[in-house]
Amino acid sequence: MTDGMKPGQPGEGGWQSGHDPADAAEPEGHGSPHRVIGTPPPAEARTMLAAQDTAPEHVRELPADPDDPVRAKKVERLVAAIFTLAFLAGCGFIASYVLFTGHTLVGVQHSNMALGGSLALVLLLLGIGTVIWVRHLMPAVELTEERHPLRSTEEERAEFKETFEEGAEASQFVKRPLLRRTLMLASLPLAAAPLVLLRDLGPLPHNDLDYTVWRKGLRLWVYGANRPISPAEFDTPGSVISIIPAGYQDDDDALAKAAVIIIKFRPGQLHFTKENHPVNDKVVENWTVDNIVAYSKICTHVGCPAALYEQTTHHILCPCHQSTFDATRGAKVIFGPAPRPLPQLPITVDAQGYLVAKGDFDQPVGPSFFERGSFPQ
Amino acid sequence: MTMTGKALGGTGRWLDDRLHAAHGTRYLLRKIFPDHWSFLLGEIALYSFIILLLTGTFLTLWFQPSMTQIVYHGSYLPLRGVKMSEAYASTLKISFDVRGGLLMRQIHHWAADLFMAAIMAHMIRVFFTGAYRKPREMNWLIGIVLFTLGMFEGLFGYSLPDDLLSGAGLRITEGILQSFPIVGTYLAFFLFGGQFPGHVIIPRLYILHVLVIPGLILALITAHLFLMFHQKHTQMPGKGRTDTNVVGAPMYPYFMAKTGAFFLFVFAALALAGTFAQINPVWIYGPYNPVAMSAGSQPDFYMGMLEGALRVMPNWQTVIWGHTISWNVFLPALVPLGIIFTGAAFWPFIEQWVTGDRREHHVNDRPRNAPTRTAIGIAAITFYGVLWAEGANDILADHLDISLYSITWAARISMFVGPVIAYIVTKRICLGLQRKDQHLLEHGVETGIIRQLPSGEFIEETRPVDEEALAVLQSRPVHPELPPGESAESGVPAPGMRGALGKVRSRLYKVITESAPMEDGHGNGHGNGHAAIGDGHGNGHANGGQQPATVSAGDGSGDAAETEGSQPDPDADEPGH
Repeated sequence: MTDGMKPGQPGEGGWQSGHDPADAAEPEGHGSPHRVIGTPPPAEARTMLAAQDTAPEHVRELPADPDDPVRAKKVERLVAAIFTLAFLAGCGFIASYVLFTGHTLVGVQHSNMALGGSLALVLLLLGIGTVIWVRHLMPAVELTEERHPLRSTEEERAEFKETFEEGAEASQFVKRPLLRRTLMLASLPLAAAPLVLLRDLGPLPHNDLDYTVWRKGLRLWVYGANRPISPAEFDTPGSVISIIPAGYQDDDDALAKAAVIIIKFRPGQLHFTKENHPVNDKVVENWTVDNIVAYSKICTHVGCPAALYEQTTHHILCPCHQSTFDATRGAKVIFGPAPRPLPQLPITVDAQGYLVAKGDFDQPVGPSFFERGSFPQ
Repeated sequence: MTMTGKALGGTGRWLDDRLHAAHGTRYLLRKIFPDHWSFLLGEIALYSFIILLLTGTFLTLWFQPSMTQIVYHGSYLPLRGVKMSEAYASTLKISFDVRGGLLMRQIHHWAADLFMAAIMAHMIRVFFTGAYRKPREMNWLIGIVLFTLGMFEGLFGYSLPDDLLSGAGLRITEGILQSFPIVGTYLAFFLFGGQFPGHVIIPRLYILHVLVIPGLILALITAHLFLMFHQKHTQMPGKGRTDTNVVGAPMYPYFMAKTGAFFLFVFAALALAGTFAQINPVWIYGPYNPVAMSAGSQPDFYMGMLEGALRVMPNWQTVIWGHTISWNVFLPALVPLGIIFTGAAFWPFIEQWVTGDRREHHVNDRPRNAPTRTAIGIAAITFYGVLWAEGANDILADHLDISLYSITWAARISMFVGPVIAYIVTKRICLGLQRKDQHLLEHGVETGIIRQLPSGEFIEETRPVDEEALAVLQSRPVHPELPPGESAESGVPAPGMRGALGKVRSRLYKVITESAPMEDGHGNGHGNGHAAIGDGHGNGHANGGQQPATVSAGDGSGDAAETEGSQPDPDADEPGH
């Protein structure tokens, strides 16, 4: 048995020699129990029996060696060379770890190249060597194994049914409906327990989504610079600035709803309404200062910051799903999946001449939610 | 015997004394694995997952799943002094200050993409070859669940670094949750622990990403592999391959060595990608900030279809009794992918019901030999593909210099028209390929040698196809005949064929079993395989066999009349249909 194995795989040969006989010894052990006298180590006994009984009967399914031993020797050398290279690349990986320390962009780049390159090389060489080994050293075989229908035979099914039914009867589960029903009753609250326990995952929404932190007199701060801005500083038509409510620069929950953009227009560009609420795709004149209009930056689709502004067309574009709003017409939706204009923030100037809010938005900002419906659309 | 040999033999005996292992494992060593390149697709998914576990574990040693805001003082100069979450700062630390950290991060991300791509390719292979058929329906369903879990696992994973791009992804996730009628707002508040972004979403996604979902995936992969092992792998049609055998190389040593090498190749490919192809450079995006957003934002490719569905949808919304129904958000979030997953999950059972085929199938179909199935598959891929491309409509518009709105309108139309065209074209191609096969079978291979006969006539010489090719050519499926419907000569329809449902079934049967005609009759060369596995269910089929005029024979040639223009079928005059 073992002499059939190639020198490259002594391990497997060893396992099989201790393994095949055990299989064969199985019926032997049952058939002649009297031959084992006393208590010899079982493994030894099986090995001895196997050596006598199975060796001559064994029919080989896999050929021991490839057809061409000369070629095999060449392939063996080739694979060994590839594995040696893999070893060197592996050493290179460890060396790279020691040599390259990262910390800077360039340092990290070098470290990444050296570590990744050597790792890939090791893996690639090992894979290539193994494939050559399998394809050119292991003798080619194609074996056929029978398949049997997966369904059990009728007898097996009948036996299973009997066994199952016997168990069901013995358990009394079927016979005693009172027990069965109370057991189910008892498990009901237990099944609900995980859901109950999850209740404190978050607070109830209440009307949290309806309002932002904007309030009368709160200054508009330039996002990033965190300072107020006056209409005089913002006098180039076509320019746009991101705005946050004064003092909320570190409050992401507040900013996620209260972020605003202000856009400066030439006189006559904005389509105004004299009403005190948005109508017919018009800008509320009373809520602007000096042709500066403030819109919520949070897209009414799913809430991305509508961050792109095209000066020539006055379009505000959300980079996530391309909803497009016309800034001259109350940010009405021109294209895309957003259902509503971006709400307009009422603004004015305070005593020092800085832009301030006249109050909160007249409706919830950002994406729709089920309870939103009672507000202006 | 060598020293190692003795040691292993000793270990083997030690184990066997305790486990009785030799009894069962000898069979496993000789277990036969059929070979075909397409069988490697599932292995790619498996090995990507193993690599994900390895690299992911490495990343957890440094990653801090915390939204606590800190000021960065690490190695990356451009962000020094910037406020950011600990999650983002620790991702920078892994990238810049942990040796091999960036490599592991990039391999991890690439492996996630490869995992999903391999699942898709594997699923497509299984569908087109009919490998989902009995007895493998359970494994097909497990596969669909794995795909779905993979999408969530990926989304949650790339949200963890808390960078500007991933934060936008979370914002969109929150917006979608909010759109669901009745429960939406509550779902969003419960997941985020209040309003967006809150302070708990990263730690919550973290535990889902590193424990809950990978645990589920691991369990389902184990079940998937166990079923594959137990039921034995399918095989491609070929000489000597039938539904009652499995032909290939034994697991030990051949399959083990080959698949081991394949793992190394997958790992090597990912290592190369992680080395040379930058992915998710979060230090460029910057930390998350609800006010900022960059143009050209894209999710990972496996979320692209959902992204496209959101972009393609018109802005429909209705207000009923003071409540907002956001058709524009929750429909695209649920319906397109829902159609594909639900359709895929039900398809094996629909096909079984229509064809009445309850046999075990272990030899795969060639896609051309199931023209309707193949056409449905290509139609589904087209539908998915249109929405996937629409997910990058801004990038396409930019690179191709086409208007963004034209692209969106093109997608709106082609998501409906495209699949229909794909269905028709694919079916024609399949039928054409079948006819080509039939031609080869009947006339042999054209050799290109022209010979003049003594009569002066020129003929081209052909030679018969070789045995291996013959076996492949003859692997056309033989569908069981449908039990007689209401048009049966006896006038008495079989139990399963009565009423409207029966009519639907017999119509669908015609469509699903449509094939180019085989002139020398069915069953040629099929002898052992198909005929041998008769199922015990056949009350209906047995009836069908006894009826002199079977519906299926009529249907078969009825289709032939349609496609081939051959003589009309005697049964074709059924006004009842």
